[in-house]
Parts: sequence; structure tokens; C-alpha cells
Amino acid sequence: MKDRIFKIISKYNGDSSRLMDILHDIQDTEGYIAGDIMGLLADLLSLSAAQVEETVSFYHFYSDKPRAKVNIYLNDSVTANMFGRAEVLKAFEDACGISEGEVSEDGQLGLFSTSCIGMNDQEPAALINDKVFTRLTPYRVSQIIADLKSGKSLDEITVESCGDGKNALPEVNATVYNNIRRKGALLNNDYPFYSVVRDMLPNISSEEIIDIVSESNIRGRGGAGFPTGLKWKFGSKARGERRFIICNADEGEPGTFKDRVLLTEYPEMVFEGMAVAGYAVGADLGLLYLRYEYKYLLNYLNGILDNMRKNNYLGTNVAGIEDFNFDIRIQLGAGAYICGEESALIESLEGKRGEPRDKPPFPVEKGYLNLPTIVNNVETLATVVKIVKNGADWFNKLGNKDSVGTKVLSISGDCRFPGIYEVEWGMTISEVLAMCGATEVQAIQVGGPSGALIGKKDFGRELSYSDLPTGGSMIVFNNSRNLLREVVLNFTNFFIEESCGSCSTCRNMPYVLREKLLKILNGRGVKQDVEDILQWAKVLNVSRCGLGQTAANPIVSSIRNFRHLYDALVQKEVDYDSGFDLESSVLESCKVVGRQPIFHHH
Amino acid sequence: MEKKIIATTSLAGCFGCHMSILDIDERILDLIELVEFNKSPVDDIKTFTKPVDIGIVEGGCCNSENVEVLRSFRKNCKILISLGECAIMGGLPALRNGIPIEECLREAYLEGPTVGLNTTKILPNDDELPMLLDKVYPCHEVVKVDYYLPGCPPRADLIWDALVALITGNELALPYEVVKFD
Ligand SMILES: Cc1cc2nc3c(=O)[nH]c(=O)nc-3n(C[C@H](O)[C@H](O)[C@H](O)COP(=O)(O)O)c2cc1C
Ligand code: SF4
Repeated sequence: MKDRIFKIISKYNGDSSRLMDILHDIQDTEGYIAGDIMGLLADLLSLSAAQVEETVSFYHFYSDKPRAKVNIYLNDSVTANMFGRAEVLKAFEDACGISEGEVSEDGQLGLFSTSCIGMNDQEPAALINDKVFTRLTPYRVSQIIADLKSGKSLDEITVESCGDGKNALPEVNATVYNNIRRKGALLNNDYPFYSVVRDMLPNISSEEIIDIVSESNIRGRGGAGFPTGLKWKFGSKARGERRFIICNADEGEPGTFKDRVLLTEYPEMVFEGMAVAGYAVGADLGLLYLRYEYKYLLNYLNGILDNMRKNNYLGTNVAGIEDFNFDIRIQLGAGAYICGEESALIESLEGKRGEPRDKPPFPVEKGYLNLPTIVNNVETLATVVKIVKNGADWFNKLGNKDSVGTKVLSISGDCRFPGIYEVEWGMTISEVLAMCGATEVQAIQVGGPSGALIGKKDFGRELSYSDLPTGGSMIVFNNSRNLLREVVLNFTNFFIEESCGSCSTCRNMPYVLREKLLKILNGRGVKQDVEDILQWAKVLNVSRCGLGQTAANPIVSSIRNFRHLYDALVQKEVDYDSGFDLESSVLESCKVVGRQPIFHHH
Repeated sequence: MEKKIIATTSLAGCFGCHMSILDIDERILDLIELVEFNKSPVDDIKTFTKPVDIGIVEGGCCNSENVEVLRSFRKNCKILISLGECAIMGGLPALRNGIPIEECLREAYLEGPTVGLNTTKILPNDDELPMLLDKVYPCHEVVKVDYYLPGCPPRADLIWDALVALITGNELALPYEVVKFD
């Protein structure tokens, strides 16, 4: 075992900032990351044992205990549950002979739950080892497990149900569907790949590129909406002996899956965007942070990078431009939503826990390895390529005054045609609903759990940075859904699960609010509980990052927009109820000591 | 002025908060001029004999008896005060929250280093004993609590000032030194 570890470490030159890769490799060869291996790693990488352990324990897909040979991670997102997760789980449990969270006795099969894996338009979905299986039904589950037991490999099983577009390429071979329903300025296939790098960069200065991007008024597509040109300008001016470009492909916001489709169908443009950014700010290395759930794309993407190197679109003197040296490396995440937050992402890239940093300084000044770093979303970088190609004016004509250009939406939930829609900013929610074939709509979640749950009275509002901003996630709920139990509770659980735990507000308040919500759902709530939620949620504003700051949004926006649902549940005759139940709270201890509960009712 | 009636009790606490009540020292003589104690360890009255104005509770609830006593305090007292960390947050006893009850009992009665005398190896299960709750609850998660006096234990001066404020109906002065966290 030691020899294998030595080999892995020397593959990464003993560089402790590559701990994520080292751990992935160890998990692949050893099956899990045992305590003695962590000790060995600490010695060899000059880290403390605690530093290794805290990284291992932070990420969902690293394990310090043996997992099974085949591990099934069944997605627990809201749409998975809407479209039959319970039955699929039962089918897995029956077929594998184990319950959720367990490993079978022979160590062959393990069954776990996981947060949204970016397949919201084809749920229920599961990761089986690193392969994605979508549109699961109990029938399909029994087939998959039977095939596995009969000795078929996961690759062989996937071939039978391969997805569309490039998902069917042998190097991807995934049961994943692009579901591109509407193309616009970004997605229409009118762009000859690499033409900006090849034909334009040699004839244009880096300042001019930044000017074009600034004049285009494009703002970040990852959610926060920071003006991209300004970010690049800051990055190019910041002091440091090196600079970096990071492409954020963590795509963890439940309901978002557009970056997956961009990386499947247009990776050339994403990488080209990174090179353009590198040229503009003077960076020599680009890092694509790819969420672990998209590992099935890794070989394919590396193939594209190789091809770019061959054609000198990456490497030294890129496209013949003297002293423009730029290469790209893909860093695989390990399952943590918080790593989408740019400073947490950078910590993770450095091999640490994905805990957001205090800001300022912002990454443009002190980012990766404390050097100036540009972090942009996948869609932002791909779009920039077309902006440079077609000019700022071209882009300014798209969208509305406040938000120019187009937005790629990920639409899922109760609609006839879930999938990817590229629309111009300014579209109203009513139009969105009509476009995706949604009827009997009760509510739509705009911008994922950290966004807002809105109802009919707001369907006239527009998608834009100033009215209804969105990173792209739109989840539709029809009248049959129990919004509080199925949606709000699920989203709140998500934030509790994914908090990095640094801030006491984010670690505790969502939990406290969930207790309140459960109390209300269980018929023990009173009016004051609803008021308490609105008051108490405010403390989350002092949290360090956006996760904590928005963790109460599901509950708070549902109170604001669906107050009647709460009013119908709270008790009318009582103004105080602690929710405490003596009978149920003594059950466990009585069972353990072997006695019958006795109550003296006064 | 008619004397206010006071009751006190210690639930899952260590009696430290009660010691802090006694720490008001000779002011206890002034207090006796202002109040009359009813059910309380201070005078050893075991049951409520009349309606009470102010109930003071030390400790949270770790078993069914704590819950019953707390509920009787709520029923008999106009105003209920959670006194100290354990009543307000669960305190030290709440360290067991998050550890399965079976593990706690095994450690306490079967496997811990001090259980040598439990030769019969039984977990206490007599019907006379209170039943353990699944976790230790702060008082306000069981009944409505009107006021909270924090501290571990709360300082005698704070207790004194709070009582005087409640009894006289004057506002309690809360200077920075009193509400600061550390
Ligand atoms: C909790 C949290 C999760 C985030 N997840 C992502 C993500 O998955 N992808 C992304 O591009 N940006 C994400 N962001 C926003 C990033 O911090 C950052 O603003 C963005 O990557 C910048 O790129 P842009 O300006 O091109 O949008 C997240 C932010 C927070 C607070
Ligand atoms: S707000 Fe939450 S996720 Fe963000 S840094 Fe604080 S604890 Fe971590």
C-alpha cells in the first residue's frame, strides 16, 4: 500500500495544494482513505494530520470508511421526489437487500443519498460510482441491479440507454439528455470554434479585449451578476507575479444544469473563453473546477484540451502570440455545494476544506495561491467569446436595458418540456411558463433555493438583474404539490446539509427555522411562530457568504408569497404552544431500560 | 405594598443558581420584607399552597418529573423566569444531546469506570423513577417562559436587580457590563 501512496504523491510532485487529486487517486486505488493513510499523507506532504483529516471529512464523496464496490448515490432533490424517488429508492433497497445509508454484507453494493446532481430535467437520477443514470423507474432499477449482479460493467449497462448529442460519444457514454429546447445568440451553432483565439487575438491588445467586454455590459451568469469587464480590469491591474483564470463549473444550485449542457455541447467555447480571459488579464494558467457529479465528462474534456494543445490554442506562444503562454487544468471537486462560492472554490483548489474566505480581499486581488484570480461562470466565459467575435453593440441589442444579452435557463418540475432554454433577459414568468408547457401552476422557484418562490400575483414580473435575477434555475410546481412539505422543507434541508459550518448563524438558524416549520406542519404551530421565523431569519444576514445569507429564503419567501398556507396550518384558539410532547420524548429511554411509560395526568 | 409571592425550583441543574440567590447576602433580609416564599427549597415548602406571582426555575428538563414540576410552575405562577444557562439553553446536562440514550445509560450504569458497585448490571427501570427524555430541553421548549436571566450562575446582583425591578414595576437597568458576552 505504501508504494502505491508514494507513487501517487510523486505524480503530483509532493505538492500539498494538490491534495484533492491525491485523495481522489487514493480513493480509486484503495477504496477509501483510512486513518493510517491520512497520517502517512500528512508526513509526506508536510501537513498536520488534522489538515488532511479535515479535508477528507469535508467532502461528500471522500470516505474514511470502506464503501462498497458499487456505490449508488440517489439524488434527493425536490424534483427527484416529485417524480417518484420514493418508489425508486424502495426498488434499490429491495434489489440490493439494504437500506439507504448501508453497505451490503458482501461489500458489493452501497446505497446513499446525495444533494442535487444537476439532472433536474430527468429525475429521478442517481450516480452509480461515477456514472450518471437518469429517468429511473423501479423497473429500470431492478434491471440495473440484475445486470450488475450478473457481472456486466457499468459502461456496458449505460450503452443501452445512452443520451442525446455528445452524451453518446464513446468517451462520454452517459445516460444523460441535453434537452436543448430553445437556442439563441449563445447556443445557435453559428460560431466556428477557436476563431477568436486563432484569428483575432494576434491582432488585438489585451486592453482592447477588456474594453469590448466592458462595453458589452455583460454581467456574471453564475448568480451574483458582477460586471465581467470590471472584474477583468481589476484582475489585470492587481499586483502579483502570476495570475489565474478559474472557470466555475461547480453548478450546485439545485435545479441548475445549463453548465453541464454547455460543457457537453460547447466545451470548446468555454475553454476558448478561458484563454481569452487569460490573454486579457495576463494569466498563464486556467483552472476548470468541475463538480464531482460531472466526472463522467472528465475524459472527454481532457481530450478537447489535448486537441487544443495540439493546435496551439493552448500552450506556449498560443496562436503564435509571442509570450502568451496559457494552459488549462481540470480540477475535480468532491461533492460540496459551497465550493461553488468563489473563495471556497479557491480553498478547495488549494487542497483544503471548502470554507469561504473573509472578503475583502476579493479573488481578483488575492485568489488562488493568494495571487490575482478571475473567477467566472461557464456561461459567462462561453458568452464572452461570442461578444469578442461579434462586438459589444451586437450584444447590447439583446435583452433589455437593465440586463443585456441572453440567459440560458434550466427549467424543470411540473411542465411538459423540461430542459434548456436560451432566452433574452426581460422575459416575463408567464411567458416562461407558456414556453415550457406548464399548466395549473401554483408556484415557480426562480434562481434555485437561494432565490425566491413566487406565485400567480408575480407572474407578470421579468427576468432581469433588477427584478427577478436568476443563475438559471427555474422549478415549476403545479397545484397538486404541497409547497411547504415537498418544496420548502426540502430546500431548507439542503442548506442545512451543505453549510460549511463556519458561521454560527448559518450553522444554527436554518436548523431552528426548520424546527419551527416542522412544528407548523405537524399542527402544533401558532401565529407567533410565523412571526418569529420572519424576525429570526434576519440574523442570517451577518453570515460570511451567500449560502448563509440566503438559507432562509425558501421559508421566508414562502411566508411572504404563500401566507395563506401557513395561516391554514397554525392553531387558531391558542396563542402559545411549545410543541413539546412528553409521551413521545420518553419512548426511547423506556425501551432501552425495559419499562412501560406511565403518565400522571393532572 | 402587598408582599409578592415567590416560588423557586431546581430541575436539571446543580443548585448553583440557588446558591447565587443566596449570594445576595444580607439583602435577603430586605427581600423578605418584599416577598413571601411559597414552594421552594429555600423554605422547604414542597407543594404550591397559593397562587404565586413569580416562579424562578433553575435547570432544564432531562426527565418526566422535571417536565411535571415545570408545568406545575407554569400553572401556578403568573410570571415564570428561566434562571441560568441550564434553564435557558440546557447547559452542561445537554452535552448528552446527540449521543444515543442507550450509549449514555450503558456508560453510566454498565461500562463506565465507576460502576463497579452495580453488580446486578441493571439499567434503572423502577416505575417510581422518573423517565428520561430523549434529550435535555431548555425550559422554554416545554412551557412558555416570560423572562431569562443568563449566567452560569447568574450573578447575585443581577438576580437581585431583576427581582426588585419586577416587584417594584421599574425598568431593569442593563448596562453594557451586564449584557456583554465575554
Ligand atoms: C453558496 C454559493 C454557491 C455558488 N455556486 C456557484 C456555482 O455553482 N457556479 C457559479 O458559477 N457561481 C456560483 N456562485 C457564485 C460565485 O461565487 C461567483 O460569483 C461566480 O462564479 C462568478 O462568476 P460570474 O461573475 O461569471 O457569474 C455561488 C455563490 C455562492 C454564495
Ligand atoms: S454562511 Fe454558511 S456556508 Fe457561508 S461561510 Fe458561513 S457557515 Fe460557511
